[in-house]
Amino acid sequence: MSDVKIRLRELSKVFQTQAGDFTALAPMNLEIPTGCFFMIVGPSGCGKTTLLRILAGLEKPSGGTLEITKPAADRPSNSMVFQGDSLFPWMTVFENAAYGLRMRKRPEGEIRDVVGHYLQRTGLSRFHNSYPHQLSGGMRQRVSIARAFANDPDILLMDEPFSALDEQNKILLQEELLRIWEETRKTVMFITHSVDEAVTLGDRIMIMTAHPGRAKQIVDVPFERPRRVLELRAKPEYGELVYSIWGHLRDEVQRARALDEGSAS
Amino acid sequence: MKPASTFRLSKDTVERLLNFASPMILILIWEACARLGFIDVRFFPAPSKIFTQLLVMVENGMLWKHFWASMQRLFWGFLFGGVPALVLGVAMGLSRPLRMLVEPLVSATYPVPKSAILPLVLLIFGLGESSKIVMVGIGIFFPIVINAMAGVLEIQKIYFDVSKNFGASNWQVFRTVALPGAMPLILTGVKLGIGMGLVLISIAEMVGAKSGLGFMMWNAWEILSVETMYVGLLVIAVLGIVFSQIVTEIERLIVPWRNGR
Repeated sequence: MSDVKIRLRELSKVFQTQAGDFTALAPMNLEIPTGCFFMIVGPSGCGKTTLLRILAGLEKPSGGTLEITKPAADRPSNSMVFQGDSLFPWMTVFENAAYGLRMRKRPEGEIRDVVGHYLQRTGLSRFHNSYPHQLSGGMRQRVSIARAFANDPDILLMDEPFSALDEQNKILLQEELLRIWEETRKTVMFITHSVDEAVTLGDRIMIMTAHPGRAKQIVDVPFERPRRVLELRAKPEYGELVYSIWGHLRDEVQRARALDEGSAS
Repeated sequence: MKPASTFRLSKDTVERLLNFASPMILILIWEACARLGFIDVRFFPAPSKIFTQLLVMVENGMLWKHFWASMQRLFWGFLFGGVPALVLGVAMGLSRPLRMLVEPLVSATYPVPKSAILPLVLLIFGLGESSKIVMVGIGIFFPIVINAMAGVLEIQKIYFDVSKNFGASNWQVFRTVALPGAMPLILTGVKLGIGMGLVLISIAEMVGAKSGLGFMMWNAWEILSVETMYVGLLVIAVLGIVFSQIVTEIERLIVPWRNGR
């Protein structure tokens, strides 16, 4: 974890709205090492999704620079696991998971092997011919994860992938994600509003402030890998870390709320 | 004891019987009225007479000749009107500049009654096959172009984000997102377009053709062969039902993800 995979220099984003300019992301400097499971926590409206969308190439920054180390040839730079339903309803589970490889025109045999592997790892082999509407929310998100991993990107971007799931499913999917991630240890940038999730999954956590979004603090997570979610949560250090991050975050949430109420009245 | 399932089954059967019964009863009443002289058989010949005429026309090949002439025009019309409409409509849904450019033209020409431009089409394309094909093509063009565009605009933005993030080219976006996403509405457009195509082929053949079901009905009026006219009506009606059923079957095959929604 020495060389830098992602480097942001004074990266900012301003949206032009009818009410004037809205600064979603104040100039930000950040370095993410290769192989780091990097978590971003922050109140809603702190620009964390905007940051991820810039990294995914779905938004252009208004200022600053974004450097991402070039991946090896014929390998995509990043793949995103989106928040909420992002599976194509008109494709089967297999076709959805194979999407990235198909777009890159990989040979059919390779697609079958790779997608088959990740569907098996996510427990979806039996459902490869099902359509998304036939699956539960948890299973749909598994397909979404399989789709991103199967594409074999240099960087995985995850935008609150588990926020719509119930607690049991969330823990199951976090465990699965960690297990699959251990196979390759790709660089991950993972957004969440859950401090528990951040501490459970991440190597490093960035806490963001709202209005405008900027980095407030970066915290290292000392826990060893591979991790087991429930055992980790039973540790006293886990609770302490969660508590201290909540301390940083609580000020932010309250400040954001005060700002919202101030502008509403 | 399974009263619920027994009840449902019999209810289904009853409904199907009712569906079948209503036209049969109407035909029986019609037959009776014609035979008893309650209605003027010069305008409303008995169904049995119409059916006899149908058999005669099948036997002497007249029906087949006109049917085939209309079918060929419908086929080429659907092809030449439908395919460009599909491509243009989806492209308009995808590209805002193209939409801004073309939509005013579509909105301005769409409300013009298609039958009203028949004289113009006859003037430009003459009395040959092409004018009939053009009329059918115009009929199917509008519902498909409008529905294809609306279909693409209805696709949630996240699907385009996904395809962009996974590196899809413009053609791949068209093929994997826009076209399948808009397909349910496109097929609705095809159904509407087929209906419009049947209307227009009838009118076009009545005025400017020497063959086809439209011509057959018009000619029957001129020589007062009312039964033949009804045969034409019957065939056109059946065609409409069959085409609509075919599209429904196609829908079941290529939009399986809509089943059970």
